[in-house]
Amino acid sequence: MAKPMLSGGEMLARALQDEGVEFIFGYPGGAVLHIYDALFQTSDIPHILVRHEQAATHAADGYARATGKPGVVLVTSGPGATNAITGIATAYMDSIPMVVLSGQVPSHLIGEDAFQETDMVGISRPIVKHSFMVKRPEDIPATIKKAFHIATTGRPGPVVIDLPKDMTHPAHKFEYEYPDKVKIRSYAPAQKGHSGQIRKAVDILLSARKPVIYAGGGVVLGNASAQLTALARLLDFPVTNTLMGLGAYPGSDRQFLGMLGMHGFYEANNAMHYADVILAVGARFDDRVTNTPSKFCPEATIIHIDVDPASISKTVPAHVPIVGPCDAVLDEMLDIARERLKQEPECLDRKALAEWWQRIDGWRDAHGLWTACRYAPESTDLIKPQAVIEALCKMTKGQAYVTSDVGQHQMFAAQYYRFEQPRRWINSGGLGTMGFGLPAAMGVKLAYPDADVVCVTGEGSIQMNIQELSTCTQYKLPVKILNLHNGYLGMVKQWQDMQYGGRYSESVYEDSLPDFVKLAEAYGHVGIRVDRKEDLEPALADAFGKYRDRLVFLDVHVDPHEHVYPMHVAPNGSMRDMWLSKTERT
Amino acid sequence: MRHIISLLMENEPGALSRVVGLFSQRGYNIESLNVAATEDPTLSRLTLTTLGDDSKIEQITKQLNKLIDVVKLVDLTDGSHIERELMLIKVKAVGAQRAEIKRTTDIFRGQIVDVGTSVYTIQLAGTADKLDSFVRAMGEATVLEVVRTGVCGLARGDKVLSL
Repeated sequence: MAKPMLSGGEMLARALQDEGVEFIFGYPGGAVLHIYDALFQTSDIPHILVRHEQAATHAADGYARATGKPGVVLVTSGPGATNAITGIATAYMDSIPMVVLSGQVPSHLIGEDAFQETDMVGISRPIVKHSFMVKRPEDIPATIKKAFHIATTGRPGPVVIDLPKDMTHPAHKFEYEYPDKVKIRSYAPAQKGHSGQIRKAVDILLSARKPVIYAGGGVVLGNASAQLTALARLLDFPVTNTLMGLGAYPGSDRQFLGMLGMHGFYEANNAMHYADVILAVGARFDDRVTNTPSKFCPEATIIHIDVDPASISKTVPAHVPIVGPCDAVLDEMLDIARERLKQEPECLDRKALAEWWQRIDGWRDAHGLWTACRYAPESTDLIKPQAVIEALCKMTKGQAYVTSDVGQHQMFAAQYYRFEQPRRWINSGGLGTMGFGLPAAMGVKLAYPDADVVCVTGEGSIQMNIQELSTCTQYKLPVKILNLHNGYLGMVKQWQDMQYGGRYSESVYEDSLPDFVKLAEAYGHVGIRVDRKEDLEPALADAFGKYRDRLVFLDVHVDPHEHVYPMHVAPNGSMRDMWLSKTERT
Repeated sequence: MRHIISLLMENEPGALSRVVGLFSQRGYNIESLNVAATEDPTLSRLTLTTLGDDSKIEQITKQLNKLIDVVKLVDLTDGSHIERELMLIKVKAVGAQRAEIKRTTDIFRGQIVDVGTSVYTIQLAGTADKLDSFVRAMGEATVLEVVRTGVCGLARGDKVLSL
């Protein structure tokens, strides 16, 4: 069969289709007009027109986190490209597969400070897994193939393809063929772990007396939750998840200790500190987890599984490094461990484990967030932000897709929503990007129109991408926005309370906030303001019931002086050093 | 400790900026750097020297290996190796100094490659250490200009960095 003759723009549209792309999130402009015309004429892929390019990247990112498939973004040159940068950096920090197509001025104008010219490959270089600038239109299909391959394999990440306008000119046609496979000689991510290392790791696990499994976002990204859960249950080991790993292990399971780290659970941080063996899976010993690295888990032998060798022994040295995909490595571990337990059922020190669990249960009883209510809701008439998340979790049975922005509300959501499944908790963990939540929720809702999708946010974050309420109107995206309204930049205020003598430097909105109910209504949505405790559950019920098919902006006014606890004592603290309330510390 | 990291990378625009960018982005230092195409025109060979303890060097090599454009990499200082650097140095050479400079150049096995009425330009190849010593040995003579290529090197014996 003769190969079709297509222009660069048409090849791009066709290649995206051949790649199985379901949505393009984008915003047109001069340098991408050829592409937009080709999409108009030849493409069936729905394009979501956002209101700001940053939102395109976050929406693609949310889609990618929820589905595991790469998000696709199309923006124009110059400001279109630079507006996408924050979203690309967000995806990079959390290893999210994404392909960003950016327009560029025509080749002959590059370097001449042409209108809407910016060096996108240069600007994005530190925050992409890889990038391409297309130099010949006939390279477009292979470049797209490579970009998707790189974005989705190994440790995933964003890939930028910069497309000078002349590369997509409609008059110049080329033979189109989409490559079946791709070979990049310098790129071969590990497909399995080193068997010797895995065997050694299992030996250490089986002889552990005080073990903890510390599982991160890599388990979610690597679709290894089932294996992780199976291993933890086989060995009866406690599991803690990082902020990025929430949902990797079922939240309501007895063996789950909650999140660890700066705002981690008392039982999780203590178990880590006193552990003799830590199995780190798809986690990267982030500074928000370890507190002071030199004081981190002094007694522990550390086994570290990660597909990215550079994540191993970066901040905390691993005793047994294992480079490989989490699912394959855990599968192999499971096989070996099952075999060993069959041959010598006594090899696991169950007595020591029982004692360890007793200690953990002691920590849980003392200060666990889920064992008893720790935030004294009865002490005030005001709604406590934690109670809002608990009500949300109850209303949605822990099954909603929860996106969040960044700040106190994010930590409350991470602590009090019990994620039972992976890919349901969608937040900017690494970069900490305010404004992420709403556009991310759009991406999730497009992927799963029948699912409950909630954006937990605050007045600071929501206003960073509030224009996307309009996108939600255009595409009828009935996401629920849950604004924990406290009138402050809450996390900034918390730090100012704790470390700056309560001097609220630029963290107070005073009377400048909009009426969010009217604002939502102005975009054609439903707005509900909640001030009283007794109105909270009915409002949530309406949002998910009566207004199921509408975007609902729930503006919940909460206790403005609440802090997130536990909180690591810093600087120079270890994992176990925590503030447990405004007055209590370990 | 000083390490010599030598790598093969795609001979493409942008590849060098990714390597150099990695160093500034992650706060690693580069003491010297050189790069040129190899006998295979699709590959460039880049050699750099950097300072750091073992864990830092381990991170540097891992991060470099992660770059898609980096095809292969070796830390030459891991084994026995040959390192060379070329220096051109222009010194003021008048009167009795001319003979003295010539003698020192001979001792260091350098060559005077350009002669002016009051200046010599000397070419010298060797380890970075040797070049440093030569500059110091110029002593009284006025050094007008120094240019150095940065270190390049190969492993001794059969070991080869190739595809």
